Amino acid sequence: MRLCVCVLFVGVGLWTAGAPARADEAWSWFDSGKLLATGGVSEIEGAGGGGLANWALITGYGTRDSLGANLYYTAVPLPDYSLQSAGAAIGLDDRLEVSYAWQEFDTENVGALLGLGHGFRFHQNIFGAKLKLMGDAVYDQDSWVPQISVGLQHKENDRAAVIAAVGGKQSVGTDYYLAISKLFLAQSLLVNATLRETKANQLGLLGFGGDKHNEYSSQFEGSIAYLLSRSFAIGAEFRTKPSNLSIAHEDDAWDLFAAYFFNKNLSATLAYTDLGNIVIRDHQQGAYLSLQAGL
Amino acid sequence: MRKIFKLVALALPLLCGPARSQETLFDEMGGKTGIDHLVDISVDKYLADPRIKDIFSESNIDRIRSELKDQFCVVANGPCQYTGHSMAAAHKGLHLTNANFNALVEDLQDAMDECAIAFAVQNRFLARLAPMQHQVVTR
Repeated sequence: MRLCVCVLFVGVGLWTAGAPARADEAWSWFDSGKLLATGGVSEIEGAGGGGLANWALITGYGTRDSLGANLYYTAVPLPDYSLQSAGAAIGLDDRLEVSYAWQEFDTENVGALLGLGHGFRFHQNIFGAKLKLMGDAVYDQDSWVPQISVGLQHKENDRAAVIAAVGGKQSVGTDYYLAISKLFLAQSLLVNATLRETKANQLGLLGFGGDKHNEYSSQFEGSIAYLLSRSFAIGAEFRTKPSNLSIAHEDDAWDLFAAYFFNKNLSATLAYTDLGNIVIRDHQQGAYLSLQAGL
Repeated sequence: MRKIFKLVALALPLLCGPARSQETLFDEMGGKTGIDHLVDISVDKYLADPRIKDIFSESNIDRIRSELKDQFCVVANGPCQYTGHSMAAAHKGLHLTNANFNALVEDLQDAMDECAIAFAVQNRFLARLAPMQHQVVTR
């Protein structure tokens, strides 16, 4: 895994170092040349996207002749738990995206009930990469061809012993996904659909694979956003998840969101989300708040 | 039950909009007068925008205004004829980037805001201009 991360970062380093030389004088650092909102916000696992769903769009405001980058913080306070996430992402030439996310899942009172201790916390680090394969979600308004990207998210959870105790099979796992995005500009609609191959239990916060099911399964995530203005979008997201653990039934998740883009440097997302059952607690519905700063 | 039918009957035309056919875009943008005004305001913005103003340094601005007025009118399905150069020919040798193209789009959006063109109408118009990126951006 360390090797994976090293290779990824060396690759990005080479790409970045080679960029000004590779391109003609059109290349510049951080041109903030993309249109407002077209880099999306930060998905809970660090990728450019919506909140729960990945998009095919490359994060940040750098065009194909530049770089984009951002930082984010997201809090999801739920009735019986709380989830928070922070991370950073870079978009290179509007082609490749690399991201890092840290997640903390606080079990609050449930931790005490399960004998883990009040406020027992799971953490995971998520290293992501996304490559745009074809299409342009924004410009290709004269065809039905969407923007298509592939990506992966490598996740490392710090609670291997607890994960094993609840029936989880691994504390490390990698999700692979194919994402398509299309802006229907005449209708002011952005539509995204992603197919994810995953073994993750609750995004990986409860490990990967389980006593009930220990294979990869295909899951769907989608979102639709309606643009009310250049800086304001509302929409809905849906995400299916596997249910691999016999002690902890896992539900699909959805949310209704509003995202406001103050400018290309700051955006805020507010959502109402329903993550369903998490371990012994049903109806985990609550707010989703996220801030992204970047260029 | 009959009430529901009545409601649906009343709501249907609202949902479908007042004849959202292509022909109305020209009218929704204020007809020829509105489009001419929009072009004048947007060209002023291009010429004042430090990101793209140099692109026009060698251009005949009066001709650009007049050709854009015809072109926008045609794109909006108005009763005009565009006799200027093709998009590819007009931008040949300018080596424009996506950042240039998007800067121009942002200026046009600002101009449409000033002309009080509704956001949804703006997007219907921009959706017809967007594919020109393929001819305009050459690097």
